[in-house]
Amino acid sequence: MWKTVLRRVLIMIPEIIILSILVFLLAKAMPGDPFTGSIGPHTSAAQIHHLKEAAGLYNPWYEQYWNWVVHLFHGNLGTSFQYQEPVTRIIGNRAINTLWLAVFAMVLTYAIGIPMGLYAGRNQNKIGDTIIRVYTFVTMSIPFFVILVLGLWIFGYVLGWFPTTGSVSATANSGMATTLSRLQHIVLPGLLAALFGTVNIVQYLRSEVIDAKGSDYVRTARSKGVPTGDVFRHHILRNSLLPIAAFAGYSITGLLGGSLYTEMVFSYPGMGLLFLNSISYRDYTVITALVLLYGILNLFGTLLSDIILSAVDPRVRIQ
Amino acid sequence: MSQNQLNRQSSISEEDLARLSKEAEQEATPSSLRIVWNEFKADRPALFALVIMVIFILFVMIASLFINQGQAMATNIMDSYDKPFTQFFLGTDQGGRSIAKQLILGSRNSIGIAIGLTIISSTFGICYGLIAGYFGGIVDNVMMRIYDFMLMLPITLFIIVLVTIIPNYNVVTLTLILSSFYWMGTSRLIRARTLSESKKDYVAASKTSGTSTFKIIFREIMPNISSLIIVDTMLSFAENIGVETGLSYLGFGLPTNTPSLGTMIANANDPSSITEYWWTWLLAAVEIIILTLSISYIGQVIRRATDASQRLGDD
Repeated sequence: MWKTVLRRVLIMIPEIIILSILVFLLAKAMPGDPFTGSIGPHTSAAQIHHLKEAAGLYNPWYEQYWNWVVHLFHGNLGTSFQYQEPVTRIIGNRAINTLWLAVFAMVLTYAIGIPMGLYAGRNQNKIGDTIIRVYTFVTMSIPFFVILVLGLWIFGYVLGWFPTTGSVSATANSGMATTLSRLQHIVLPGLLAALFGTVNIVQYLRSEVIDAKGSDYVRTARSKGVPTGDVFRHHILRNSLLPIAAFAGYSITGLLGGSLYTEMVFSYPGMGLLFLNSISYRDYTVITALVLLYGILNLFGTLLSDIILSAVDPRVRIQ
Repeated sequence: MSQNQLNRQSSISEEDLARLSKEAEQEATPSSLRIVWNEFKADRPALFALVIMVIFILFVMIASLFINQGQAMATNIMDSYDKPFTQFFLGTDQGGRSIAKQLILGSRNSIGIAIGLTIISSTFGICYGLIAGYFGGIVDNVMMRIYDFMLMLPITLFIIVLVTIIPNYNVVTLTLILSSFYWMGTSRLIRARTLSESKKDYVAASKTSGTSTFKIIFREIMPNISSLIIVDTMLSFAENIGVETGLSYLGFGLPTNTPSLGTMIANANDPSSITEYWWTWLLAAVEIIILTLSISYIGQVIRRATDASQRLGDD
């Protein structure tokens, strides 16, 4: 078990290095340099040249890359041109919002997906199962952003049940009111993300339960005289639920990718909206930092899933 | 001995031969096209989806030939936000541009890009999966490492960054950028099937008789997994419509003056248009929903047809 974890972590190191090189090269390909924000109309060409030389911008790319990595480990990601603030502080403020939304959406996804998948598997080919299959088909086919826009229109504007922009209302000032207002702002995007993100969980659980129903250990339990309900609760449930826990890491990737759309539609000030704004302002230091951060979060998500999976299912352990 | 003499010598009469071959035809497994067609006939909604889809795509492709894109996208402030069924059939947007014309041109562009993206990314994904699955061992290991790495890249962010830094950016480069990030799903499916397929006897027999590797992969294994390829291509087509429209919605898909269903939905970003001028975006949204639902439904039906245990068309 520990060997597997160790090997998996070792595999991750070259991945992080390649990712950082890719991101660095992308950053190099973007027009502008780290001084774009600080150069005024009175800065002469010679001064700029001097600044660039001092910062090592004329060195070969691998030396520049090494400098960049060293800065990275000191937590220095540069200064944002748009906000004139350290990038780490800007991202830190936004990351909390994205995290709130992601955690809320993930909890809801599991809360909706697990009972549905179990029910569909237990009542295979009955009317409830058919409805759930139609539901997963519909949610799988329609592009996510269309659903977000429609949801915002119907529940936000036409029915007026939920706030349509922002992460917290301006009038909330005490601790309790702020938390409630926050919650109110993430309910609709979180619910939509959950309702349309359950496909994998439902389909996996359904086929897992159907497989388990025909397996030897279930037949043994039944022939011993264990009641059907108990067989489901103690035998089938335990076996099919554990791998589902491992999906949590993978779904980080999906939630982060989806956060661009969610935050754009709901004007929710998280990392996704920060990225889109930075792109339109050509704020390259922020863009670079965000691409790297998203990549590393995805990496850790997959690592987490792989570790959980190998812990609960010895068959997938690396030999 | 000629063919004629052979026939004359056989003891079976002409009528018997005709009858026997007719019987044999009836008993034989129907061709895969026929199976798919039977499946569509057994499932009325699927037939409906297929007919709607074909008519719609043909209509859009033909109608867009008669519309001048430059003219349709020209701003005319006097007609700003006309209601549907007044002067214009489906109303106009803020710039006074006809929604109906934009829908037709936008559908053509979005469907066109989705088709291009599907062809390029599926071809690459299929080749990748076939090679990794057939050779196995170290080749497979390396290729799967690359696959794993690609899978954890923040794809949407990478695409948006590439789109903004590429110098002469147009429909072709957009399709190529998208294709280089959307082949992974296909390649994983194909690899898994190729892995089990290449262990079968006919591959071993072909190898011993000296068939070239290229021929074994593309002329022998590929036809045998063709049903999987067709189903996957159909389903990724539906998905790819969402990819382009989603990027255009965010503002990083098609160039600004090229209409796309995604850019039309972006009209909803304005708090007043989303409620007051609903026709500027709702029609495009409904169209995407109908389009993706019918395409993936058709894909599901073909999948069912290729899996004998799930068929409805056999009776």
